[in-house]
Amino acid sequence: MGALIFWVVLAFSDITVLFADIKALPSDVPQWLPQVMLDLFIISLFYYYKFKIERDESLNFTDLLWKVFATGLIATVISLAVRLLLFLLGSTPLPTNILFIDLVYQINLGLFINFLLAAYTSWKRLILYQKSKWLIRAWLAFELLLFCILVYDSIHIVVSSTLSNTAILLVSALGLILSFNMRWVAYLNFKQKWTSLLLLLLSIFYLVYFLYSVTILSDTVSQQSTAFIDFQSHVFSIALLAFVITYITFSFLVVLFNLPTSSVFEQKLEEVVSFQRISQSIQTEQNEESVYNILLESSVSAVFADAAWLEMKATDSEQKLYTHKISAQESKDIRAHLEKNKIKGALDQSSDKTKNLSKHLGSLKNSRFRSLLAFPIKVKEETIGTLALLKELPEGFNKEMTRIVSAFANQAGISIENFRLMEEAFQNARYKEELKIAKTVQQSLLPTKLETNLDFEISAFSASADEVGGDYYDTLRINEHEVALIIADVSGKGTTAAFHMSQMKGIFHSLAQQGPSPKDFMVKANKALVYCLERGSFISATYFVINTQTKKVHYSRAGHCPVLYHQAAKNQSVFLKDKGTALGMVRSLDYSNFVENQEIDYQPGDVMVLYTDGITEAKNGKGEEFGGERLAAALQNSAQKSSKEIEENVIKHLYEFSGTEDINDDYTSMTVKFQ
Amino acid sequence: MVHIKRLQEDGADIIAIIGEIDASSSIELDLAIAKSVGDGYRKILVDCNGLEYISSAGLGVFMSYIEELKDKKVYLVLFGLKERVLNTFSILGLADLLNIRETKSDAKKLVDELSV
Repeated sequence: MGALIFWVVLAFSDITVLFADIKALPSDVPQWLPQVMLDLFIISLFYYYKFKIERDESLNFTDLLWKVFATGLIATVISLAVRLLLFLLGSTPLPTNILFIDLVYQINLGLFINFLLAAYTSWKRLILYQKSKWLIRAWLAFELLLFCILVYDSIHIVVSSTLSNTAILLVSALGLILSFNMRWVAYLNFKQKWTSLLLLLLSIFYLVYFLYSVTILSDTVSQQSTAFIDFQSHVFSIALLAFVITYITFSFLVVLFNLPTSSVFEQKLEEVVSFQRISQSIQTEQNEESVYNILLESSVSAVFADAAWLEMKATDSEQKLYTHKISAQESKDIRAHLEKNKIKGALDQSSDKTKNLSKHLGSLKNSRFRSLLAFPIKVKEETIGTLALLKELPEGFNKEMTRIVSAFANQAGISIENFRLMEEAFQNARYKEELKIAKTVQQSLLPTKLETNLDFEISAFSASADEVGGDYYDTLRINEHEVALIIADVSGKGTTAAFHMSQMKGIFHSLAQQGPSPKDFMVKANKALVYCLERGSFISATYFVINTQTKKVHYSRAGHCPVLYHQAAKNQSVFLKDKGTALGMVRSLDYSNFVENQEIDYQPGDVMVLYTDGITEAKNGKGEEFGGERLAAALQNSAQKSSKEIEENVIKHLYEFSGTEDINDDYTSMTVKFQ
Repeated sequence: MVHIKRLQEDGADIIAIIGEIDASSSIELDLAIAKSVGDGYRKILVDCNGLEYISSAGLGVFMSYIEELKDKKVYLVLFGLKERVLNTFSILGLADLLNIRETKSDAKKLVDELSV
């Protein structure tokens, strides 16, 4: 807006001055006014473009050129419209009126300067695209000098011509140096370059047009009046014009000569993008297969290969083949040919070097390919596959191509490695989660309350290691006089152990209530378990029935740790070692031959300690086992106490012996004290 | 950790176990027996002189072969078991299911008798 006002004042004052001059009248308007107005006009336009073009971050290179072009176009259209008007007024005296010509001249000059400043601001952004400290300083100096010239122009102080010449020389030199900053050209792609060329060419055309019309007009005016100040004497405009022309010419030429290399630059960019794709392909939850496909695709496009294949080791003996524009048969033929000729290269899986095998292809008949390049793909130093690239041209691969595909292959290797590590971590996390569930299941299978009787009391203890074991104990009242007890240890660990434990619990609860003899219980339990347990799994167990009427304990041992029995009368503790094979072991033979019925008459004060092998096999720092003797000793010195106290004593001894709270197996014990 | 060696003597395959067999190393024992059976030996001797410890998983390996060996008429005899190891076998009642001898010559004699 301001610019427009300044321009109006400029035009008006200039015309007035001119008018006064022609008529030789003293003028009210001072001579300097038009000049100052011109300067203000320039400055306001300068700031206008500074805000419109320079601060607009969204503009890219072609947008900038487009702005210049558009400004030029509008200016030219307006100028041509004025010309048309002049032409229409052809016969009237107006067009020959000096004042009118001056008005036309001022319109043209205003448009011209407007165009120049738009170009100037755009150039500034282009030049300063890749800033350096030095460049910014140079630009500041350049702008400052231009400003000085502008001021100098308006206030007509005649300084020595050497000084002004030096200033002009300096501005030209700086402008020239700055004009060499053409880095933005490199970032244009092929299409953008063509667009830029066109825009630049048209802008040059506008420049020439304006220069021509303004010169003609100013000549006409100055011929008739001496008071008229020609723009050619306005040093600032000349300097600006010179700079804009220099840069536009340079840009045009540089873009033109960069046209052939743009494909190379684009290629490089594409390589970078491919690279990124390979490294990121894993993170987006894709699988190994997609890494292979991206690798194949990127490699082919990076070196303009005609065909390619990727051979990956799937298992020890199997290979997986991914192909691109080549049939599996064709690639097989080539590999067979190379093998036949005993050519060692990356194609055999043991090689770890990139090989150019082109020369060997020559001897293969019926093949359309003449160049072959092979790369190993390595994960953790181990070659897991081979990438082969083919071209129909002989000597089709150069060193640069080899390097870039080699980098791709390495990156793919890293990606696959990362993928596998992630998969592993994921599996581990899942496994841990499973264990947690199994542990909860296991804990919930153990009874919270144990049967008691006037004749005996029972205490039980169970601690499990981080890994889930399969220790199980339980009690069940069969009738008024009989109570069933069981202690069992499932082989193996983890979820399967917890699963088998639950089966054992089911068997115990369903069989025990029918009150079978302990041997019968075992035979039936074995029959049931043989169908549930997989080969190699078994359950060791001891089953008891305490009869308070007959004061007897009936039991049967199936491969479980022998019972530790304390006889109060003799004050001695012994292990009851009798025959018995674990459940699930005997499948085809008659299991009843492998288990026995046993019985004990119990007395008040007797103690029965049932335990799992975690206790007797617990180790101390020296690698010694806790063993049966220490267990018996622990019972012996506390046998007079209650079941709870006996148990606590045993556990205390156990922890003292192992010297650590970290247990590496499950500790389970059940203590029965008779009263 | 376990180290398993196989050597052949008088038409019998001798599998020597050195070290401890737990849940993870039992896989190696399983592999060794599977290979021996796969190679077609009908007489397999297991040298347990170097066996320090065997867990229930290790016992499970022997157990899992009982049926298969019977079907294929392959005879497996263990010998040289340390007291502790033998104790583990007998507590579980495996001693009744497997052929166990004290010395190598006893074991050889047994396997020859069985395979006649």
